[in-house]
Amino acid sequence: MGLSIRALGITSTRSMRKDSVRKNSLQEKRSVRTRMLAEFWFYFAENRGAVIGLRVFALLVLLAIAAPLVAPLPPSEQYRDAFLTPPVWQEGGSWKFILGTDAVGRDILSRLIYGARFSLFIGLVVVTIAISGGVLLGLLAGYCRGVIDTLIMRIMDVILAFPSLLLALVMVAILGPGLLNAMIAIAIVLQPHFVRLTRASVLNEINRDYVTSARVAGAPPLYLITRTILPNCLSPIIVQGTLSFSTAILDAAALGFLGLGAQPPTPEWGTMLAEAREFILRAWWVVTFPGLAILLTVLAINLVGDGLRDALDPKLKKS
Amino acid sequence: MTHLLDIRKLCIDFQSASGLFRAVDSIDMHCDSGEILAIVGESGSGKSVAMLAMMGLLPWNAKISAERMLFDGHDLLGLNKRERRRIIGKDIGMIFQEPMSSLNPCFTVGFQIGESLRLHLGLKGARKRERSIALLRQVGIPAPETRLSAFPHQLSGGMCQRVMIAMVLASNPKLLIADEPTTALDVTIQAQILELLLSLQREKDMALILITHDMGVVAETAERVQVQYAGQKVEEQNVRSLFSAPRHPYTAALLASLPERARTRGKLPSIVGVVPGQFDRPPACLFAPRCAQAKSVCNENVRQQGAAHGHALCNFPLEYTK
Amino acid sequence: MLKFILRRFALLVPTFLGITIVAFGFVRILPGDPVLLMAGERGLTPERYQRLLEEFGYNRPLWQQYIDYLGDLLRGDFGNSFVTKQPVLSEFFTLFPATVELSVCAMVIAIIVGIPAGIVAASKRGSFWDQSIMGTALVGYSMPIFWWGLLLIIVFSGWLGWTPISGRISLVYFFQAKTGFMLIDSLLSGQDGAFLSALRHLILPSLVLATIPLAVIARQTRSAMLEVLGEDYVRTARAKGLSTRRVVGLHALRNAMIPVITVIGLSVGTLLAGAILTETIFSWPGIGKWMVHSISRRDYQVVQGGLLLIAVIVMVVNLLVDMAYGLINPRIRHN
Repeated sequence: MGLSIRALGITSTRSMRKDSVRKNSLQEKRSVRTRMLAEFWFYFAENRGAVIGLRVFALLVLLAIAAPLVAPLPPSEQYRDAFLTPPVWQEGGSWKFILGTDAVGRDILSRLIYGARFSLFIGLVVVTIAISGGVLLGLLAGYCRGVIDTLIMRIMDVILAFPSLLLALVMVAILGPGLLNAMIAIAIVLQPHFVRLTRASVLNEINRDYVTSARVAGAPPLYLITRTILPNCLSPIIVQGTLSFSTAILDAAALGFLGLGAQPPTPEWGTMLAEAREFILRAWWVVTFPGLAILLTVLAINLVGDGLRDALDPKLKKS
Repeated sequence: MTHLLDIRKLCIDFQSASGLFRAVDSIDMHCDSGEILAIVGESGSGKSVAMLAMMGLLPWNAKISAERMLFDGHDLLGLNKRERRRIIGKDIGMIFQEPMSSLNPCFTVGFQIGESLRLHLGLKGARKRERSIALLRQVGIPAPETRLSAFPHQLSGGMCQRVMIAMVLASNPKLLIADEPTTALDVTIQAQILELLLSLQREKDMALILITHDMGVVAETAERVQVQYAGQKVEEQNVRSLFSAPRHPYTAALLASLPERARTRGKLPSIVGVVPGQFDRPPACLFAPRCAQAKSVCNENVRQQGAAHGHALCNFPLEYTK
Repeated sequence: MLKFILRRFALLVPTFLGITIVAFGFVRILPGDPVLLMAGERGLTPERYQRLLEEFGYNRPLWQQYIDYLGDLLRGDFGNSFVTKQPVLSEFFTLFPATVELSVCAMVIAIIVGIPAGIVAASKRGSFWDQSIMGTALVGYSMPIFWWGLLLIIVFSGWLGWTPISGRISLVYFFQAKTGFMLIDSLLSGQDGAFLSALRHLILPSLVLATIPLAVIARQTRSAMLEVLGEDYVRTARAKGLSTRRVVGLHALRNAMIPVITVIGLSVGTLLAGAILTETIFSWPGIGKWMVHSISRRDYQVVQGGLLLIAVIVMVVNLLVDMAYGLINPRIRHN
């Protein structure tokens, strides 16, 4: 009896010690992470353009979320007595329609605010699909090598052989026009970049000493890939992800403009432009504002992307 | 008497995010035709920076000031860019540490030599080619006719350095600055390149400034030696007396760390500590924190000795009894 | 060098096969009966249906169909458009010069503006010029070009009336196409003002199409120059006493061009994608507009053939760029 109690005592102190060690290392990990974040933010905040871009992007996200609260009018409501009203500062404009109305009397400002929802949603979904698919395939190709590698990379080469918008166009022709199909098509077109990046990083990292030592220590392949290799190829993927975010918005708008993306009366910016095309010489505002919205959004994201690249790329850090 | 090169109290500061950094601190230097001057010091002692400043090759954030900076009667500080270029590359030539990366990978050897010939001597066409071949032969490159159309990546490091030397010789310079010319090369090649530099110097009666951290190289080549530490000149003597009677404790320590000169078997002596940086600059003598002979006065002021004590920048230069 | 080209060429074979599989599979994954889709006719009688089925070969095994398809391609048979009944290949070649003319003009603008802009920005790093050039380049890089085209039409055609809205040349002029390039044809025709008219029609579309490649080239040139300017050989060139102009414009630029050439090559795909939008906006009768048009009127033979032809052209251009890369970079040429 006494013996077993003593044994219990030993095990409990041992497990306590283990616990405290684990806690310490956790805290250490956390503090390393905060320090890395702080360092990253230091370099990122040095870039004035990137900070401005981030602010604009945050504002767009807020606008998109709060669209029903912010938008002055419902986006699809047609005001029959106000076709092609010019913006407020021009003769004939009114405060009711600050940026004017389109050919069927819908308020452009409200449609733009709702449109932010679509653009950001498109960017988010496309990048999520492209990154998860691309990283998975890239890891597979880089880790397995051999036939699987060749097969995956050749398929990616084929996708990249087509001009991206053309391939997206044809895929939408197959799947049928619509926002969802457009997003799938764009994601497929953007994916090869992530596959190539991930594969290159994996090949670069896999022969490094720290990976070898983890393998010698008996780390299973899955652990090796997700915990050891992946975090080290993260920064180029993040940068490419930001770039793809803006490309996705641009391409989706282009598809909408060609009539193959979001369908009217969806207040998607590209679709709005397509509807406005015939009025370009009569009512400049129906064309100008949706495009300006696309430009500003893409510009903000690209500014953030440039800042991220500078902050994450250690090669450029010192210069 | 006027020297070919005469520099007085040269100071160079680098502007950086954390303030000014003094890389060169009131250095005096002179060199005459037919003379070989060696500048010795650890990396970071400002030996290359001073020469780069003279060539006008420092980046924009370097601030250069000097009491005097004369070359062949021209005031290098007062020249504008165009006038300076008529001297740089023509009367003063410089070769660098990394011969492989110092040649432009996109142009042939012949093009890069010919460029100098055309710029400084106005040679063209067949005469330019002829001269290029002669130059390559002079620096000991076999089959120079075929090497003219070679690209730098097709040559070895030693060959590249020979090409660099040929390129510099193209304009018959009065002064040749060699910045660690053999550091990046194999030991056997090192000796060949040094031998080449020396014979060319004798033949053309050039002034040669050899920048190096290698005391062995100094012993084999130089006539006069100038030792630099942390941007200051700490000692200057002719080579024989420097090796037999170093006056500054730093020079003595440098010499003591040479394997050939080690007095005892076993571990080689080394100098404790590191060269001071931007933030831990000692108040007076910069070597004091690492100096075995340092006294408390060394942290208050430091005195430059006369020629008899090797111009040593030291309050207590080493004394020798005959 | 020959070995280098051959090796690059061999690498293209699997990609080419992949492209043909995509084009071949395109019709077969379309929803609906391929015979009806490809015939593009309504109210087919069962006999006609059967005939078409055999003509198209859809009743045979898939692999045999693919072999036949490859054979047809190698014989230059890309099928017929079922709207115009013309062979796809001949339609392509009548429209292709218009796209080439537009793309080449755009690329020339992008290169002659983009490279100097990048050089200026790099050599005056951090200055007002650097910041304005790079700011403008980022805006250009973020530009939705279909909107940019419309905006230019509003300003230059609508408000100022300087340029025509669409087409390649004013309808006043008529002459036989000899080369297919309007600028050259209009000169050859000898008609007064024809060349000027062609030029005025070309200027806006090529500006629009040049926008993104221009921004990309300027950015790449700047970063490549910055990297190269810190190299040892640039110091050597300056130590030789060469003028800043020669150091930057020859010694540095020649090395910086290596990555820029790569980017120019990659821009060809972007350019053709941009041509789709630009040609649609300006009603430019090239292959981009042709593709969009064919998709919207479900002329799938044309879409299939056009997709393949465009991909092959991108591939060939990339091969040419690779070869140019070998020419400009001696290290690749000799290894």
